[in-house]
Parts: sequence; structure tokens; C-alpha cells
Amino acid sequence: MSINQTIYIPLFAVSVLFFCYSCYQRLQLISLGTSENRTDRAGARFAKMLTYAFAQKRVVQRPFGLNHSLLFWAFLLLALANGEFLLEGLFPSVSLALLPTPLHYGLAYVFDAVSLLTLACVTIAFARRLFFAPDYLGNEYSSPRSGEALLILGMIASLMIAFFMLHGAQIALGEAAASRPISALFGKVFASLSVASLESVALASWWVHAVVLLVFMNVLPRSKHMHILTAIPNTYLCSLEQPNTQLREIFEKGQRFGVGAVEHFSWKDLLDSLTCTECGRCQDVCPAHITGKPLNPRRIVHDIKVNLMANGPTLKDGFSGELPMIAEEQGEGTSSEEALWSCTTCGACVNVCPVLIEQMPKIVKMRRHLVQERAEFPEELLTFFENAEQRSNPWGMAPADRGKWSSLLGERPFSVDKTEYLFFVGCAGAFDTRAKQVSVAVATIMDQAGITWGMFGKEEVCCGDSLRRLGNEYVFDKMAKANVEMFIEKGVSKIVTACPHCFSTLKNDYRQYGLELEVIHHTELIEKLIQDGKLKLPRNAELGKTIFHDSCYLGRHNDTYNAPRNVIKAATGNAPAEFGRSRENGFCCGAGGGRMWMEELTGERINRNRVSEALEQKPDTLCVSCPYCMTMMEDGLKDLGNEQVQVKDVAEVVAEALMPKQ
Amino acid sequence: MLVISCIKQVPDTTQVKIDPVTNTLIREGIPFIMNPYDTHALEESLRLRDEYGVRSVALSMGPPNAEATLRKACAVGVDDAILISDRCFGGADTLATSCALSAAIERLSQDDNLAIVFCGKQTIDGDTAQVGPGIASRLSLHQLTLVDRIEHLDLDQRTIQVRRKLEGRYEIVEAPLPVMITVVREINQPRYPTVPMRLAAEEIEVKTWDNSVLKLDVETVGLKGSPTWVSKIFSPDRDQGEIIGDGVTDPEGTAQLLIDKLLSKDLLAV
Repeated sequence: MSINQTIYIPLFAVSVLFFCYSCYQRLQLISLGTSENRTDRAGARFAKMLTYAFAQKRVVQRPFGLNHSLLFWAFLLLALANGEFLLEGLFPSVSLALLPTPLHYGLAYVFDAVSLLTLACVTIAFARRLFFAPDYLGNEYSSPRSGEALLILGMIASLMIAFFMLHGAQIALGEAAASRPISALFGKVFASLSVASLESVALASWWVHAVVLLVFMNVLPRSKHMHILTAIPNTYLCSLEQPNTQLREIFEKGQRFGVGAVEHFSWKDLLDSLTCTECGRCQDVCPAHITGKPLNPRRIVHDIKVNLMANGPTLKDGFSGELPMIAEEQGEGTSSEEALWSCTTCGACVNVCPVLIEQMPKIVKMRRHLVQERAEFPEELLTFFENAEQRSNPWGMAPADRGKWSSLLGERPFSVDKTEYLFFVGCAGAFDTRAKQVSVAVATIMDQAGITWGMFGKEEVCCGDSLRRLGNEYVFDKMAKANVEMFIEKGVSKIVTACPHCFSTLKNDYRQYGLELEVIHHTELIEKLIQDGKLKLPRNAELGKTIFHDSCYLGRHNDTYNAPRNVIKAATGNAPAEFGRSRENGFCCGAGGGRMWMEELTGERINRNRVSEALEQKPDTLCVSCPYCMTMMEDGLKDLGNEQVQVKDVAEVVAEALMPKQ
Repeated sequence: MLVISCIKQVPDTTQVKIDPVTNTLIREGIPFIMNPYDTHALEESLRLRDEYGVRSVALSMGPPNAEATLRKACAVGVDDAILISDRCFGGADTLATSCALSAAIERLSQDDNLAIVFCGKQTIDGDTAQVGPGIASRLSLHQLTLVDRIEHLDLDQRTIQVRRKLEGRYEIVEAPLPVMITVVREINQPRYPTVPMRLAAEEIEVKTWDNSVLKLDVETVGLKGSPTWVSKIFSPDRDQGEIIGDGVTDPEGTAQLLIDKLLSKDLLAV
């Protein structure tokens, strides 16, 4: 078989040049983003890449992911076969046959088998898209995009079939002797054909394979299948911060605050947008999306990409783009304000993305722009912002009353010499009627266990969690600085909090202000006290069947799943029941990300969704570890008319087990 | 065309407590805020500036630290901010305050055509609601109090029509400019300062006018010019309440007891 090189060489050259040009164009677009350091700690990055790109850790977490994983590995192996194929077209003498025979035969066997595997995987993928698509692939947003996926699958299938036909014909011709079991089957089918026909089949198959391969290569950078090129580097360049919290902003004149246009995103954000395969897993776990809000994390990322593509050319010329990044109404390439305000920052999207795209931080960046540059936000936030700034608590209560919840415990000031822990009570723990009871329970437990603790009382100020998640970084920054200064001045080194939001903010966000603190959530402290034998529980708390709801900021953001469960088990004698969606897959109560202070007017209420899930298990007590979850779960139960189920913080469960038997 | 908003720096009264022994306000450590009603006066002046291109000036009388409140007005975008501050203005009651503010407004209107002076309906520390009307009297401006909406403004014909929010009714009033308007909360939603504006406001110079500028007779300003003086501030005694019924074991019966009690004291009408 001889290939007409006067056709092939120019075709190959044009394809390769065009592919390189497409990649260059995409790189240029990515370089429009702002700078961000994502190349430090190479070892940790390499490990991430191996785990998430090569071992496909998250891809295989869903049943169908195995199919993708097999395709991925097949793709890598067949890249060798295809490399040989393309080279053979240029230099006919270059082929596997040059290798020592055992190796040549071995590789030929592997390529053949892997090609069959690929064909099988592609067929399954076809069937999935056409006949049993999951909900998140079948909605009105993603259905139109299925065409592109089917095109790619079709191309891969054609490649495999052309591969078999080519080698089958060659085997029938007696040109190929290598062990290719599947191709040999094709050879048997072709056996009755004449030599001339066999040559035509081989030649035609070769050209089909060559053209499809070159077209495929050029489709990649221009479609969502760009991920084939970018996913591996994207995992290497991921954020190493756990949790992936917001970066600080510097408040100086002439600076820009947040992201209001696509070029304000960092280059990594833009790379994320080009890496997204639109698999839909993030939208499938997003509490806002599930309950009918206009937010879809996949669209957030997709719209960044569309905006970048549309505005890219004018941006490269140094002008600003015409397509807005944020507007009141959602459009292709534009995120709606309501979508951005719907985010609870629960982190489920970030936690599920197979290629480590960071959806939620992008939302907060755009919120920062809306709050800080445009002063545009849902009106109920005005009161919250002013209360937080002027009275350092969300409700606008008198700061002087902050210590009142503890009036029955006597004066408990923090002093570096006399108290081991600072109990950072938090705004909810100090002002919210229900959360105050939890504060008392935590204090009682610490006293019982002989821990020395103190608090700041009326000097304590809000940690700023909601402000930061809502994008009001300017006010958060002032609060964080004031708090850090006070911690240093008073010599604080160990802090216990009863609120996962305070916990995560003090522990993780304040690190950006140069403060490393030992912060412990009360559930972890209690677990430790029980394990160490310092806290003895004289009886089992009688709370019937319990179920535990994971707080996003304790669980997903800080990987604390076992402590609250172990404590409940120790205090009640039984492990709590689990939600269908629990631990890493826990479903938000609806109050994170500052949503606590906002109305929820669109779609189903998130807390209702969560409470309904709890009620499926018929619990008597719904256990929580966060004051926001407490409010949301209690409200949800009232909403559903199911007030016989009680909501208890883990500390209250323990306090009950401490009480002498009546 | 000039629109002036008068704003006052007040202690955050939600945080002010009265010392039960001395009957004086405990002001220690209490932050100062812009009088909430004045934030709406300021916003309305900014709204007119945005819509009609008038000049919006914020005016305040107070100690030098009141500059912080004027800076907040700068952060939401007033064209100019002026602080009236002089030792001799200290201790002013509503009469002396309105005299000093009037003098400043008169001075501002020398260079510009005055259209409207906005004030909050009252302050949350003094609660007199007298300074706005006092300014109107001193300057012979038409006074439109308790306004919750500007229905119509015609700067060429120099007329304004507003809606006043009164108890149980509204009143539409028309007047020729210039006018003094006191506003209620419902009139608007104050804007939130953007960060670039906040940062810019940190560098703006707030003008301070002392009596060498206003040249008022020292007998008419400050403590000397104040016929009212406060003899005593106290918290009224409150009778200790009582616990009736038992809400846990008998919620319905307890609710009935409470209703009867309220009816007997004429606090509830059937």
C-alpha cells in the first residue's frame, strides 16, 4: 500500500499548523487573565496531578466514571499507535516492524485489544447519552451540547473501525503478520475479496483514519474536548489551599476590587473555563441548582469561556469587551446577579469536579465586584452590612450585650496565664436565643472536663465569615485585622469555637494575616475529652433515633466528619443515622455564604429539601454542629409541620448525657 | 442649583445606656454614627444630583470628630462637605443649632441658587424634630415636613410637589422653591459606598467653618444662645412584672389569662 504523499504531507502540515495556531490562540486568551502563582510546591502539585488526572480519582467516584477512565488510558496507549500511524504516512519506512519482533508483536496485540476496548467504551458512552442520560445531561441547557459529544464519540468510533479494517485488509493481503486478534477477525471477513478490492479497502481505511485523526486533533482545542489537552495541566496548577478560601485584596487607590469583566479573572480561572468538559457533576450537587435557583456552577464556568471567546479579540487589541460578564439577566456568556447571589459557598461543586476546577471562588470574586465596585446587592444585605460594620454583629445588637448569655456562669475573662482556651463564642452563640443554649452547653462541658477557658465578652467582635463570602472584603479585611491584633495583644494561641464559620475563618482565613492559631471546633474538643477520659458521661442521652447533618464548613471545608459522629455515639450509645447525602456529599442547610441574611424567594427552600431528606429516616432528633444549620433545620421542620422532631447541637446531646438521672 | 443635606453625628443609641445612679448617658466606648434619618436626607440630595445635575453639599455642626461622619457622606459621593465647628458653638440647643446652620446655608447660597435643604425628620439622640423647621423659619424657607416622596420637581418653574406621610393619611403639598424638607425613612434606600469611593473619601479635605467664617454674634450661638437646657435625664421606673399561668402545661389557659389581663388593663380592645 502506498500513500500519496503529495496529498498527505500538505494535509498533515496544514493540520498540525492549524492545531498549533488554535492552541496558541487559546494560550493567548488565557494570558489575558491576571497573574496568580500556581507553580510553587512542585511535589504536592505533581501528586495532585497523578491522583486526579492519571488515577482519575474523582472520575471513578461515579459508576459511569470507570468508562471514562478506561477511555483515558486507552487514549494514552493509542497515542503511541496514532503517532506511529501519522509518522508512517510521512516516512513509509518508519513502522512498528522496526522494533524487535517480540516487542512489535506485543505492542500490536495491545493496540488491537485496546482498540476493541475503546470501541466498547464509546458504544456505552453513546448509549448513555442517547438512551439513559442522567438528569443533569438531559436538561434543556446541556441537551444541545450533546451534539458535540456525539460528534467526538463518532470520530473515535470511526477511528477504531478504520483501524480494524486497515489491519484486517492487510492481514488478508498477507502484508501484516503481527498478532492482531481483532483485526484478524476483520481479515477473515475480507478473505473472499480480490487483491485489488483488499488494496482499495486498506487504502480507503488508511485515509479515513488519517483524515478523521487530523480533524479530531483540530476539533479538540475548539470544543469542550479541549479538556483532553488541558485537564492534566489543570490538575497540576490547582489550588493547594484546603479549604479553597478567598485570596486577600489590597485596598489601595487605583486598585480594582473583584471581577467585573472576564479579563479581571486570573489566568488560572480562564484555564479552568477552557478545561471544563461540562460533565455536569457540579450542577448535580449544587444546592441552589437542585432547588430551582438560577445558579448552575457549570454555567458560571461555561459563561466565562463564552465571554472570553467573544471578548478575546477586542481585549487582545487593548480595548474592553462588549459582552458583559455580569448583568441582571443571564445570557450566553453573562452570569446573572441572582445566580451569583444564590451561592451558599458550600463547596460541593469544587469538591466534586474531576479536573479540580474552582467554581465557587469565581462566584465570590464576582460578588466582590458587585459589592465593592458597584454597591449592587439584594437590599436585605444593606442592613446586614451596616450592622456588621457598625455593631460588629449581624443583628445589630448592642455589642455591650455580647457577654450576657453567660451571666449565670459568672465572669469568665480570658487571660493568657490563667486560661488555656479562648472560647470564641461568635455572634450566633452570643445573641441568637437558640444558639445561646448551645454556648451554655459547651461551657458546661468544658467546666465538667476541667478545662480552663475564658472569653472576650463585650470586646469580642464578629469573625467576618459572611462578609467575606458575600464579597464585602473591605469590611472583612478591617475586622480580620482588628481581630488578629486583639489575638496577638492578648496572647491567644488556642481557640475553641461552637460555630464552624468562626472556626474555619479563624483557622484558615486569618492565616493570610500571618496568624497561625490552634483552632478547634467544639465537637473535636469534646471527642478528645471523651477519648482522653477527661469527660465522663454518666448516662446515655435519651433522644430516640438521631441523625447527623454535616455542616459544610466543618465537613467539606475542613474534613471533619468523624468527631461529631463519635461524640453522638458516645453520648447516646448509638451511632447516628446517616442522610442519603452525607459526609463529603453532605447537602447544605442553605445558610452558608451569607445566605443566612438573605431572602430565599426562588424555587424550593434549601432547608425544606434537606429536612425532607432527614424525615425519610424518621428520626426523633436531628443533630447539628452549627448555629446556622440549627436555625435552618428548625425552620424547615416548622415549615413542614413536623415539630415533634427536635434539633439539637452535638454539645447539647452531650450536656444531656452529663445530667444526673432523674 | 444647590441642594443641601444637613446631617448629624449621633451616638449609636441602641448602644447607649443610662447610668442608673447618676442618670447620665454612658457614652464611653459608644461608637458614633450618622443619624439614621439623615442618611435618607443625604440619599435624597444625591438622587436629585444624579437626576437633575444639581450640586449636593453635606453640612454638619459638631465637634471636630464629626468630620468622620462627613467623610462617610463623601464616600457616597457628595460634591462638598462642610463641618461647622467652633468651641463657641458647643452646647447648642435646637435654636442655636438652627441659627448656626442657617448662617452656613445662607453663606453657601451666596454663590449658588438654593433649591432645597434636606434634613432627617428628627435625630435619634435629641428626638426634638425642631432643627429642620428652625432652619426653615430662620431662612424663610417653605417647610415640608415628614416627606416620603417627591412627586414632582420643576427646577425651571421653581416648584416642588411632595407627599407627606402623616398618621393614617398622606398629604400632597406643593410649594415654590426654595424649600426645607424633612424626610422619613420610607423616602428612599440609602446607597452603600463603593470601595473606590471610600478610599477616595479618606483623602478628601472636609472644610471646617468656625465663627471667623460665619461671624455670628457669640451671644446667639452655643450654650449662650440656647434658651433650653437639660436639667435631668433619667430612665422611668418600671414596675416589676409578674408571671401568670404555666405555658408549658397549659398553653391555652395561660393565653386566656394573658388576654383577660390585657383587657382588664385596657391594653387590648375586643
